[in-house]
This record gives sequence, structure tokens and C-alpha cells, in this order.
Amino acid sequence: MKKLLTLLLLAVTGPALAQIDPTLLRDPGLLRRVPTDTTGRPQLNMDAVYNRPFLQAGRLPVALGGYVEANYQNGRTDGIGEGHQFQMRRVTLFVSSAISKRVKFLTEIEFEDGTKEINIEFASVDFEFSPLLNVRGGIVMNPIGAFNQNHDGPKWEFVDRPIAATQLLPATWSNVGAGFFGKKYTDRWVFAYEAYLTNGFDNSVVDNAESRTFLPASKANPDRFEENFNGQLLTTAKVALRRQKVGELGLSHMGQVYNKFEDDGLVLDQKRRLDVWAVDANTTLPGSGTALTGEWAWVRVNVPDNYAPQYGGRQIGGFLDLVQPVRKGRVFGYEHAVLNAGLRLEYVDWNRNRFTETGGAIGDETWALVPALSWRSSPLTVVRLNYRQQWARDFLGNPSVRSATVQLGLSSYF
Amino acid sequence: MRQTRSLLIWLAPALALLSSCETLMTGPPPEDSLLDGPVAGLTTEQSGQFLRGDVAFNDEVFTSANGLGPLFVSNSCGSCHAGDGKGHPATTLTRFGQVDSTGNPFAGRQGPQLQHRALPGLMPEVLPAGVVHSRFTPPANTGLGFLDAVPDDALLALADPNDRDGDGISGRPNWITVPDYATLRPDARPRAGKYIGRFGKKAAAYDLLHQTASAYNQDMGVISFFEDRDPNTHNVLDPEVSNQKVQDVVAYLKFLKAPQPRETEQAAVLAGEQLFVQVGCGKCHTPELRTGDSPVAALANRPVRAYTDLLLHDMGPGLNDGYTEGSAQPAEWRTPPLWGLGLSPNSQGGSYFLLHDGRARSIEAAIAQHGGEATGSRDRHDRLSAAEQRQLVDFLKSL
Repeated sequence: MKKLLTLLLLAVTGPALAQIDPTLLRDPGLLRRVPTDTTGRPQLNMDAVYNRPFLQAGRLPVALGGYVEANYQNGRTDGIGEGHQFQMRRVTLFVSSAISKRVKFLTEIEFEDGTKEINIEFASVDFEFSPLLNVRGGIVMNPIGAFNQNHDGPKWEFVDRPIAATQLLPATWSNVGAGFFGKKYTDRWVFAYEAYLTNGFDNSVVDNAESRTFLPASKANPDRFEENFNGQLLTTAKVALRRQKVGELGLSHMGQVYNKFEDDGLVLDQKRRLDVWAVDANTTLPGSGTALTGEWAWVRVNVPDNYAPQYGGRQIGGFLDLVQPVRKGRVFGYEHAVLNAGLRLEYVDWNRNRFTETGGAIGDETWALVPALSWRSSPLTVVRLNYRQQWARDFLGNPSVRSATVQLGLSSYF
Repeated sequence: MRQTRSLLIWLAPALALLSSCETLMTGPPPEDSLLDGPVAGLTTEQSGQFLRGDVAFNDEVFTSANGLGPLFVSNSCGSCHAGDGKGHPATTLTRFGQVDSTGNPFAGRQGPQLQHRALPGLMPEVLPAGVVHSRFTPPANTGLGFLDAVPDDALLALADPNDRDGDGISGRPNWITVPDYATLRPDARPRAGKYIGRFGKKAAAYDLLHQTASAYNQDMGVISFFEDRDPNTHNVLDPEVSNQKVQDVVAYLKFLKAPQPRETEQAAVLAGEQLFVQVGCGKCHTPELRTGDSPVAALANRPVRAYTDLLLHDMGPGLNDGYTEGSAQPAEWRTPPLWGLGLSPNSQGGSYFLLHDGRARSIEAAIAQHGGEATGSRDRHDRLSAAEQRQLVDFLKSL
């Protein structure tokens, strides 16, 4: 069996190697880095998927890229911790291809926590009809908030992704579907929109082991890339506005009937919707150069009346990152390096309901403060030191559990 | 030189942060503020079982995929017993149908417990019209192994069903039918084929396996080898939780430490303790029991300062819901242990929800609602000065 597999591998890889230009193997210098933006026009969060450092080999119409993210951490919750940990958060590979002048393809494949999770986060073909009208089909990243589309590790000064983006909203949230996007430029303004129809959520939003209404639970359903759970489409739409030298403001919505309300013609339940609204913004303060990036989301889910009270119908949460460059130039012998100080503020309330028995507010909320230092040896690589203080309150509203974590990590495009 | 300085500027806080981990990391809360944690002196094997049971009890959440419901009261053990403390009204359960010691006419049909929640798309149970019922707030789990290890003889010695000593207190055991899967205590003292129950608001559960298997079944709709009937349809179904896991949870409950009293040296607390005895509270809330021999060395022959006699007492018409279990009368309730009382708000969302259904929002309100056999003690309490009443409450909060 092993021999057969070896022969098969040789048969497959032989022709593949034969197709590679041998001069590339002799001279890797022929690999050139593709500039991230050639237009000089302002870039938005929606551009993040293409606005990445790619490597291109000679005149091949295919470009490659990716990033890696790893860290050390030591954390404790109420005095109890797991000790010293090294974590390989993710390795992500990008492949883009200019199929023709106005048709392009990009895919992003992510390996998380070693190979515990392997996901195709993006794999779409884009057809351009005009700057204001492009059609995209394949696996798309639903444009809810900004982080979901603009999540590459090297872009952030913090080791952990924001709680509100990953545990309230389900970043990275990708689904198979299609839609439109476009941009309109004026002298100082850019207006952009995106609108997609995709597969989406399922019953696990309220039937999950997190014991809370949890949108990310649907990410565990790999079938969503081949089968829509209940035949109802998830709509996601976003508009964004950017003023040159000021910043960007985005408004987005995502909604769907999430539950299996009928099966084989039999009615199982009423149709239950979930709706998410998000606002995101980023700017850089003139003078100080302080970068502010934030996102806030409101979630509303139709949860059955007679279900466990842990599963709330209303949720809110968001984060605000403040990043202050404190030194630019030559640092540790690296030209064009930057030393930043940062602070992240986070809050999520997974259950805004009230107890029917007492009228009191249901808890299930988390706050966090994350001071950070980061060193960018180049724009592509960041080394970051974070100290996370977090307070979490259970659904009964009991005294909060306090966690503290020190993290030292790196993330780099390659 | 400049590079070195830059490096130091950046690395200094980093190294300081890392080297001062002990300062920056959260320390544990004071041991006496926690109800969870194992009893001292467990063997390695027992500690391992405690840890496995801890995960099953506090971390495992049931969903439709792993056995929840379809009708249920809650979706995990830990959601009703946060931090192993008393529960909140939102996690309160309802039992119904039994009016006297002749049994529950709803058992094996809809009862005895209402599953008032349901998986999406399904309708939960509703109380039959006009049926008697009572709401039970989840109790604290703390120190259950010690209560389990108190010999029957010790409880019978405290019983005075006919009030021979004329003090108005007439505690008696709840004689119950023991399920087939329960292992009888070596020193069990049966009466007419029935045994002494000691767990639950009416002392209707024989031991921690009985309590645990019933809770999986009646509270979460999870079928086990021990309780193999669906609580709603009453059909026998395949187990949804392994025997090992149920036994691990039983071990977890058995090995939980007893609460540690706090501020025991304070004058008010010491004075309150004297008043507790003087008023007569201790006649039912027996300050100290003692465990007998036990296969668990850490639990054997130890004092148990739980402030309970584990017996039934008539608490008067105010606390009579008309519903009962076992041989208890509707007005009879098992004396609840008072240990850990002062920590109740830490698991009840910052407030007190006391008495069997959480109706008392303070210790003072709970005392005021004592009736029946406790009338004399309550009246003596009421005659104390305001300062003395505060001292008594200070003592109770120190437990």
C-alpha cells in the first residue's frame, strides 16, 4: 500500500515540478513582492482581502502570500492557570490569480491551532463590470463589522482577536454564496457597498454547549459549504464611507431565518430570525498619530419562549483599539521600524434579557482591558507584548471571575 | 549605543512584565470564600475522580445532540449550582401531585417533576389544573459527603417524633422507598421496608447516587442506566450518560469540602452563636453531627458542623404548599444545613433567595417565616433587641 501511495505521489508531483520554471528554483530573486496598492486611492476594510503583500513569480499570473501567528502566554483565572504555553495560532496561505484583465480569483486557506482546524476562509471569483459594479461568487467573508474581513494577524497590535468579533460575531465567518460590491470615488471621499446572499446559520445558534446564544457555533457545521441548513438565505450588506485623511465609517447588517422550521414537508417550529447590526470606524488623530479602530455590534435572535434562560435574545458588544506610535525609524538596527503602545477595551454582553422569575438583569458579560507594546520591524511583521485583564460574570450575575494573561507573540506576512 | 538603548527601552517593560508574573496574575480568592474545592486528604485516585466529576458537573452542557430533554428544567448541573452554592429562582424546579404519605398519583405519568422548558419547536409540560405543587430552589452542594457519612443511628438519636421531651420540637426521618440501584448503608436502619432519606428539601433522596441520577433524569431529561425512563413519555431509552460519568459526579459531590466559617473571632459573631443556642435554633439546626466509618478516609469519623439534623420538622401553615414527598407531611421540611449560608449571595446573583422556594430575600425574612415547631424559637428571636438580632445574623453569615 505504501509503495502504491509513493508511486502515486511521484506520478502527481513529477509533472507539477516539471511545470515550474527552473530558473525560479535557481534564482529566488525572481520572486517579486506585489505592491499592496497600486492606485494610491484610499483603501477600505473591504479591500483587505486583496490588499495584502503577495509574491509573484516572474510573469506568472498567480501570486502567493500568507501570514503566520504564534505566541507565548501565561494566564490565570482566579489564581488558577495552565502555566506556560506556546501556541501556534494560525498559518494562512493566500493564492490570487488574475484570470483575465477583469476577472480575478483569490483564496485564503487557514490552518488554526496546528492543524486542529483547516478552513477555506475565502475562495471567490470576482467579475468587474465597472468600479461600482462587481460580481463575486464562491466562498465569501460576510461583511459584518470590519474585523471579519480585515483580520490578518500582522495588522493588529494584539495577540488575541477581539472577543466581540469572535465570540459575539463569528469571525472569521465565511459562507458560500454570491453578491455585488463596488466603490465610488470622489476627490476626498470613497463610498463603498457590498451585498451578498449566502448559506449561513443553523439551530446551533441556540442549541450549543456554550450555554448561551452563540452565533459562532454555526462555524462548526462544515456542511454549510455544500448544503444550506434550512433553505433560507443569509443576507449580508454593508455600506462604508471613507474620507481621505480622516477615516472610515461602516454600517452593516446580517440576517436570516436560522432554525430548521420544517423538514420533509413537516412543520417543526415557527421561523426564527436572527439579525445583526454593526458599526465600525477607524481614524488616525492628526498631530499625535494615534490610530483608533473600533467596532460595535447588536445581535437580536428569536429564541423560543420556553427555552433555557441562558440563551438570550439580545446581545451587544464591541471593542476599541488605541495605538500610539512612540518611535519610528531605526529600532534595534531595523530601518523603518515602529514601536507602538496600545490599549484595547472590550465588552460583550451575551444576554440582555431579564429573568422572568425576578425581573432582574441576566448577566453573562465580559469586560477586558489589554495594554500592549508592539514592535514592527517592517509593516509586514509585528512582535507584540500584551497584558490582558478580564472580568467575566456568569448568567446569574454572580461576582465576576477575574483573569490575567501575559502574552508575547509574533505575526508576520511572508 | 543607540540601538542598545532602544532595545533596553523596549525589553525592560517586557522583562519586568514577564518576571513579575506572580504580581500581575490574579491570585486565588480567599479559601473561606469558596464553596467548591475538594476535602483535604483524598487519595490520588479520589482526586482524579473528583476532577473528572468537576468537569462533568460544571463544564458539561447538554444540548439536543448529547441528550438534553427534549423537555427539561436546565441544561447543566453547574447552571443550577453555580460555584456549588445555592441556586437562583431562574433555576428553580417545580414538583407536584403528592398530598400525603400515600404516594404521588402522577408518578410514572407526568410527575412528580414539571419539565417546564423544551427544545425549540416542542412544548414544555404545564401543571395539571388545580394540582398541588411546590417550587424548590437548588441547594448548595457543599459538604454533601459528610452528610452522607452520618450514620442512621445518629439521626435516629436526634429524632423525637412524639416530642417526648416536651420542647415543641419533634423531628423525624423521612422513610422512603429506596431505588434498586442504590447501595444500602452498612449501618442502615430500615423500618417496614423503607429507609431514611436525607437529601433534598423533603429528604426524599436516599444517597448521592439517587440524587444525581434523578437530577440527570428529571432536571435535564438525560437518561442513565440508573434512571432509564424518559421523564415525559416514561419509555425506557438507551443511556445518554455513562455509568462512569454519573459515578464521577457522585464522587465529586461526595468529595466537596465543607464550607469554612469566617470571622469566627469577631465579638458579634461569638455573641450571635450564643444567641443561636439560647433562642433554640440549634434544636433543629443541630450545630454538630459526626460521621461514622467510611470507605473514604477523609470523610470518616469527622465532626460535621452543618447546622442540620437532616430530619423533618413541621414548619407551619405558612410554608405548607400542600405538596410532599415520601412519608413527609406537606408542612414538614428537612432542616436545611446552614453552613455556607453567608456565601449564598455569591451563587444567587448577589442576593439572598432563602427557604425552599427562595421566597425569603434575607436571613431576617427567612427567620420571620419560620412557624410550626419553630414558632417558639422565632418568638424568642423576635424578643431579642435589635442589636442582638444583628449579632445572630452576623453569626449566620459567618457560617
